[in-house]
Amino acid sequence: MTAYLKLDHIDKSFARGGQVSEVLKDIRLTIDKGEFVSIIGHSGCGKSTLLNLIAGLTKVTAGAVLLENKEVDSPGPERAVVFQNHSLLPWLTVYENINLAVSKVFGRTRSRAERHDWIMRNLDLVQMAHARDKRPAEISGGMKQRVGIARALAMEPKILLLDEPFGALDALTRAHLQDAVMDIHSRLGSTTIMITHDVDEAVLLSDRIVMMTNGPAATIGEVLAVPLARPRRRVELSSDRTFLRCREAVLKFLYERHRFVEAAE
Amino acid sequence: MSIQAIENPKVKAFPTPAKPAEVIAFTAKVRRRFEPGAIAGKLASTLVPPAVVIVVMLVIWQIACSSPNASLPPPSQVWTEAYDLIAHPFFDYGPQDIGLAWRVLISLQRVAIGFGLAAIVGVALGALVGQSIWAMRGLDPVFQILRTVPPLAWLPLSLAAFRDSSPSAIFVIFITSIWPVIINTAVGVRNIPEDYRNVSRILRLNQLEFFVKIMVPAAAPYIFTGLRIGIGLSWLAIVAAEMLTGGVGIGFFIWDAWNSSRLPDIIVALAYIGVTGFCLDRLVAAVGAFVTRGTTAK
Repeated sequence: MTAYLKLDHIDKSFARGGQVSEVLKDIRLTIDKGEFVSIIGHSGCGKSTLLNLIAGLTKVTAGAVLLENKEVDSPGPERAVVFQNHSLLPWLTVYENINLAVSKVFGRTRSRAERHDWIMRNLDLVQMAHARDKRPAEISGGMKQRVGIARALAMEPKILLLDEPFGALDALTRAHLQDAVMDIHSRLGSTTIMITHDVDEAVLLSDRIVMMTNGPAATIGEVLAVPLARPRRRVELSSDRTFLRCREAVLKFLYERHRFVEAAE
Repeated sequence: MSIQAIENPKVKAFPTPAKPAEVIAFTAKVRRRFEPGAIAGKLASTLVPPAVVIVVMLVIWQIACSSPNASLPPPSQVWTEAYDLIAHPFFDYGPQDIGLAWRVLISLQRVAIGFGLAAIVGVALGALVGQSIWAMRGLDPVFQILRTVPPLAWLPLSLAAFRDSSPSAIFVIFITSIWPVIINTAVGVRNIPEDYRNVSRILRLNQLEFFVKIMVPAAAPYIFTGLRIGIGLSWLAIVAAEMLTGGVGIGFFIWDAWNSSRLPDIIVALAYIGVTGFCLDRLVAAVGAFVTRGTTAK
């Protein structure tokens, strides 16, 4: 069976002023269709760079990103990104922000009425239809992130890329949004890759957790499967053995074997 | 009406009849917006101080210029001698004898053409300089030098090039007001957050879509700052340019009045120019505030 998404021996280095710094080295990973994969690691380990490589926003130095056996090296709506700081355009309303994406992606293939229905369906999915005429400045951080997710989903992506989507939110809002993402994932079965630095979040949401070693020249240290049945409920899981075992495994990886050293050069 | 009158017979004594229907329609929301007392108070607090200052200035001016050997006319003399100009801005007695409002409008027309062209070309060039590092390296030093050239220094060259006074005046407006538009637009474009660019890349917006949908709205606050400086400069330049090129604009009127020693006319014309410049500035500021209401409210 061929993988849906394949990261094939990816290296990434940045050249700045004659100095070459190696960020990622020999990244190998395959992801199946419908899978939810988290990438976790200490800050500076290049996990955001890895997401940008998959999104095509940054080009690989060596190796390739293969989606359905085709190399992708430029950004496109079939790999939609939910940015950490939502990146909604502040001069457009919630509806217009999503419309910008929908009319670009489906402008030729769907009628105006179909596009409108599609926008509203995605707003309903993240429970934001009530705020369709509000501007991003008028809604809360959690709501902005919901709209960001709706915008990404509205592109009908093959892969949904979440770049620390809940990092800037308070704990309660974060929990709400995690539930929303789990719900959406179970309904749409969208292949999802999420960058996070939150161990609980990774275990709760993922089918597999990819743990990165520290940079420079970071690579995948370990991949942990999370054999928890879905739907998952955070309250029940807090005392679940499998959950705790997975959590412990990630914590051990991050804080014992690959402890973050600030002065590491 | 009749019910009220029965309840309170005094109501009849007032000349304005109270309409009960209107009172019912007066919801809380409406009341907040049209509170007459608050609006009157606000108007008074913005209008009274400048009015007092103007009156004081007029009095000082009147006293200072009242002596028989004063070189400038006092306000009373301006009022009596230039009364036609003040009271009838729109008179039209022939090709060179028209009201000041007409002259201002003719000058404004030149400004509109010159400044309009400067806005279009300036935003386009500014976008180029802001987007491309090589365009910036090549063009920015040239712009920085050219923008320090005083407006009127361009006039002889443009007269030589266009061989006519009207396009020359328009060109002077253009070349005066374009620099702040270019420079501010370039800064605005350079400051577009990387995330907006990433959004447009993921959506695969083409250059034109990116320009219209992302770049212009994102840089709009900067663009309007440039436009506001630009319109101020072009109003400065048109008066000076018209004094030299002639025609029927407000600038030439001042020069003409000076040549025929009509000092009161000049003073009235100055007031017209000042008020018009103020209105232009406020107009661009208001358009800018309206257009960028989403962008600036972070």
